[in-house]
Amino acid sequence: MTDVLERPLHLEEPDHHEHHGPSGLLKWLTTTDHKVIGLSYTVTSVILLVIGGAFAEIIRAQLASPNGTLVSLAQYNELFTMHGSVMIYLFAGPFAFGGLANIIVPIQVGAPDMAFPRLNALSYWLYLTGSITMLLGFFTAGGAANFGWVAYAPLSNSINTPGAGADLWIGGLLLTGFSAIFTGVNLVATIFYLRAPGMTMFRMPIFTWNMLVTAILILLAFPVLTAGLIMLYADRHFGTHIFSVAGGGVPVLWQHIFWFWGHPEVYILALPFFGMATEIFAVFSRKPVFGYKGMIFATITIAALSLGVWAHHMFTTGVVLLPFFSIMSLLIAVPTGIKIFNWIGTMWRGQVWFSTAMLMAIGFLVTFLVGGLTGVYLASPPLDFFTHDTYFVVAHFHSVVMALVLAGMGGLYYWGPKVTGYMLNERIGKIQFWFLFVGTQVFTMPLYLVGLRGMPRRMAIYPHDPQWKFLNDVSSLGAVLIGISTILFVVNLVVSWKKYPAGDNPWDAQTLEWFTTSPPPHHNFYRLPPIRSERPTWDYNHPEHHAVPHGQHVEPVLTTGESK
Amino acid sequence: MRVEAKLLLGLGVFFGVMCAVYWNWSLENAGGVMMFAGMLLCFLPGGYYYFWSRRMKARPEDDPQATPAQGAGVVGAFPGTSIWPFTLGMGAFFSVLALVFGIWFLVPGLGLVFWAVLGGTSEGRRGGRV
Repeated sequence: MTDVLERPLHLEEPDHHEHHGPSGLLKWLTTTDHKVIGLSYTVTSVILLVIGGAFAEIIRAQLASPNGTLVSLAQYNELFTMHGSVMIYLFAGPFAFGGLANIIVPIQVGAPDMAFPRLNALSYWLYLTGSITMLLGFFTAGGAANFGWVAYAPLSNSINTPGAGADLWIGGLLLTGFSAIFTGVNLVATIFYLRAPGMTMFRMPIFTWNMLVTAILILLAFPVLTAGLIMLYADRHFGTHIFSVAGGGVPVLWQHIFWFWGHPEVYILALPFFGMATEIFAVFSRKPVFGYKGMIFATITIAALSLGVWAHHMFTTGVVLLPFFSIMSLLIAVPTGIKIFNWIGTMWRGQVWFSTAMLMAIGFLVTFLVGGLTGVYLASPPLDFFTHDTYFVVAHFHSVVMALVLAGMGGLYYWGPKVTGYMLNERIGKIQFWFLFVGTQVFTMPLYLVGLRGMPRRMAIYPHDPQWKFLNDVSSLGAVLIGISTILFVVNLVVSWKKYPAGDNPWDAQTLEWFTTSPPPHHNFYRLPPIRSERPTWDYNHPEHHAVPHGQHVEPVLTTGESK
Repeated sequence: MRVEAKLLLGLGVFFGVMCAVYWNWSLENAGGVMMFAGMLLCFLPGGYYYFWSRRMKARPEDDPQATPAQGAGVVGAFPGTSIWPFTLGMGAFFSVLALVFGIWFLVPGLGLVFWAVLGGTSEGRRGGRV
């Protein structure tokens, strides 16, 4: 059935209409509710995080000794390929723009649902089936894809990488790519067309702004990858020679196409987590976001620049314009620096509440600073020539993505009560934070050092150099600490299951999602407050600090759905 | 609507400038074409929003002084449940498996896609007011 939603003209009791529909498995299969779809995305992506994390633990166990025999060389290639693929394609992005954004963005802008609910549901099914397709490779005779998560040509052609695993990898990426594009369309349409009255663009929460910019980046970048994958498949099976020298093709063209998607993808991954951290810093510092518009323009600038830096991943090919890509890459440090300055400014002289979410956000800030600064080194071609394809690069991007994991965990602790109606245990959460934060540093720091000492990436065994061995051992210890933190999170979910009721606004937060019930009703709101600033819930709950013009405090107006 | 238009047109102008600098400096075609396409992709919806932002009055969501009552009226049609996205997703899944395991997978794949398109369209037609 279709609900045609109207906002009533006057203050009145809303209609009492329960949402009747299927239950159980059929409810999950047929739902078009953005909250259920978002939760499905979140659960699926966290399961994939655990799978990808398990691959990482095996990799670190293999590297704990120079001549590790835990897995064969071929299996090792599959493991590092699928670890990267699962984490980048199947976890980090879908968790952010499919999971939390799907749940939170419509509520933050005062919308009853995403603009295209059925397209939203289709996005999830494409994501789920795409993930299954990619992982099916492990059950084929030749094993999963083993050409690295970047699938460089000509290594990825049918001669060098025959077998179904590589084709399943391509097929899985096609499905998840379309899923991302559809989600991008949905987010843009929702934000442009379904905002509540008074929710002007420059009153939207920073998380929503970041998701808007992320969605635009998705629409610019993902079609390029999809086109590239079709070309790669055609080279493998239809006899074309787009990426092979033998037929007059250009192998480095794949790198151009891949990284034209791949570097914006870094920000498609990062910007949502920047948004999560921004919300957390403001709420747990009891302050508005410092430099609100500066944050927005920094986000837009990062996104714009990110489309002009792709070939800094290709410096060592020798066929790219070094000064252009170096300058553009270095420029990204400026808006990123503005963000870091504003995050600190938000906390500065605030009443900082060191909740688990806040600790995770601070952990994100510190870890991202390390990852970002080492990225500035790599934007310099001479330094990149020296460190390219060493563990220094591995350490750099693991600092970045582990920072995002910290922010994502912060997001789960912050918005979890809104989604489920129940709090997570703070004590276990804080223990989890310390394992995750310390584990991340213990895991990444030795990799910087072993990279500077020349250890190459993607090798299952290495010479018996005592320094390399020691640093790898320390890094593997860090991976164990991260693994323990993941177990603690699962323990927390079990221990806290429906134990600590949250209430509607347990953090005394600022944005619109905290005005509705926890969990929100079908179509999200019983009523809306007047929106006069970027933090309408705070204005309503704290009339002594309100932003309503002329000192007036306006009662909330009933909108749609049933009464409490 | 104006902010939306400015955002997209601004990005389009930036990509246009970046494309001109890069293409002339590097003489490399792939990146130039991709940036040019990115510029067009921003100009297309940006131009649409700019066109309408000059011809329509501010919507309640663009009005800083709007009250919730000003947003009264039909918001949109939101399907409560639908099996067709799942059906279409399964159709796409089987169709992609045909790329790997054999062309016969297209039979259930395209069959499900066709069924979902028919079902989804008829569901939309029955869906009520928009």
